[in-house]
Amino acid sequence: MTKNVVIIGGGTAGCMIANLLARGLKTEINQRTVQITVVSDQEIHIYQPGFLYIPFHLKQPEELIRPMDQVINTHVHVILDRATQIDTHKQNVHLEKGESLPYDYLILATGSHPKVEEIPGLQEGGHMFYTMESALRLRDAMDHFHGGKVVVAVGLPHKCPIAPLEFTMMLEDWARQQGFRKQTEITYAYPLAGPYGTASVAEWAEKEFNNRNIHIETFFMIDHVNPEENVIVSVDGRKLSYDLLVVIPPHQGANVVRESKLGDKEAWLPTHRHHLRLDGQENIFVIGDATNLPISKAGSTAHFEAEILSHNLINLLHGKKGEKPYNGKVFCFIETGLNQATYISFDYENPPKPVPPSKWVHFAKSGYNEMHWVNVKGIL
Amino acid sequence: MNQNKKLRVDARGAFCPGPLMELMRAAKDAEPGTEIELLTNDAGSRKDVPLWAEKMGHKYLGEQLEGNVYTLTVQIGGN
Repeated sequence: MTKNVVIIGGGTAGCMIANLLARGLKTEINQRTVQITVVSDQEIHIYQPGFLYIPFHLKQPEELIRPMDQVINTHVHVILDRATQIDTHKQNVHLEKGESLPYDYLILATGSHPKVEEIPGLQEGGHMFYTMESALRLRDAMDHFHGGKVVVAVGLPHKCPIAPLEFTMMLEDWARQQGFRKQTEITYAYPLAGPYGTASVAEWAEKEFNNRNIHIETFFMIDHVNPEENVIVSVDGRKLSYDLLVVIPPHQGANVVRESKLGDKEAWLPTHRHHLRLDGQENIFVIGDATNLPISKAGSTAHFEAEILSHNLINLLHGKKGEKPYNGKVFCFIETGLNQATYISFDYENPPKPVPPSKWVHFAKSGYNEMHWVNVKGIL
Repeated sequence: MNQNKKLRVDARGAFCPGPLMELMRAAKDAEPGTEIELLTNDAGSRKDVPLWAEKMGHKYLGEQLEGNVYTLTVQIGGN
């Protein structure tokens, strides 16, 4: 009897867990006692952390994209379709084209998605860089920008929590390189008490921003954008005028989660912080951005979770005991300009401590960006 | 006003972007009068949470420390 492991999602989390499972269960897959299936609604895999570089012409779209069949292990069955409904009682997943996929184990790697429509006026008046299309549109706007007021405004939660800080510091460096820094006023508007939510990173970022003359607007909860007047307005009525507006819209979980009534109001999946099981479901697991865990929605989170979950699931399929707990481990590089970077590493027990930025960490991050294509195959 | 409703938000290990975001998310849908207990091991929350509560018109009810985990309690205001 074949055990069906179905993974929904073809992003970093979905591809990585599929490849790790395929490597660990090669014999069982060849003997047809296990089948690994990935359901993805895209024929391509996109390296999303690379969007950050697009507006600065530091990466081209083709550098961030690979066809799914170049990323996924040949022992994995890939279905290019959209999952529309998950039936946990009948243990199957309904797909848009009409197929119904039975599962013995289900892994939800359904990701997080920017909700532009949550901020009225943003589509018309502002920019973002969290999708390929929007990053290219911002690149065009920056090509025509020659100084003025820049506002970077952040809504929460969103994937890659550190990226807005990176973008702002890169933009400041870029304006300097372009020769119009003196004519450029940069404001970073954040909904919390400082430029970040964790004390150690907030203190570090505040110091960096002060040194670079970047103004911080705290407790700025975005209400709407007024494209006619070129202002972004907060819930408490504060207005920030801009010539170039870059907004990070709040993200939510996937539609299939909402439609299947498995998540909370924002479609995040209630997930056990150590075992990564969906609450109340023995045979459903969640990894990557889709969880409701209070940790970074980031590729490195998906990576460390995938290592733990693949180990546990392989053990389970081999009929063995021994479940490793995920300890909340995350590692993030932080670009602090166009040629320097720092990093933070933390877990559930240990807070992050940024180290002084250096060009060596920047080179390490540049190398890591290229390593993704090996990393996602579950080889590292 | 529902004075008795209580919520607990477990934000231990929430270092990126931080516990206050977890509190904000819970507060968004909470009825006025609801008491939210935020569990956090980020000492910086002791400064941020009262500031945020004041700014938003909520009431900060205080903190308790057990081991390395703070429980910070906020009562949602009527705004």
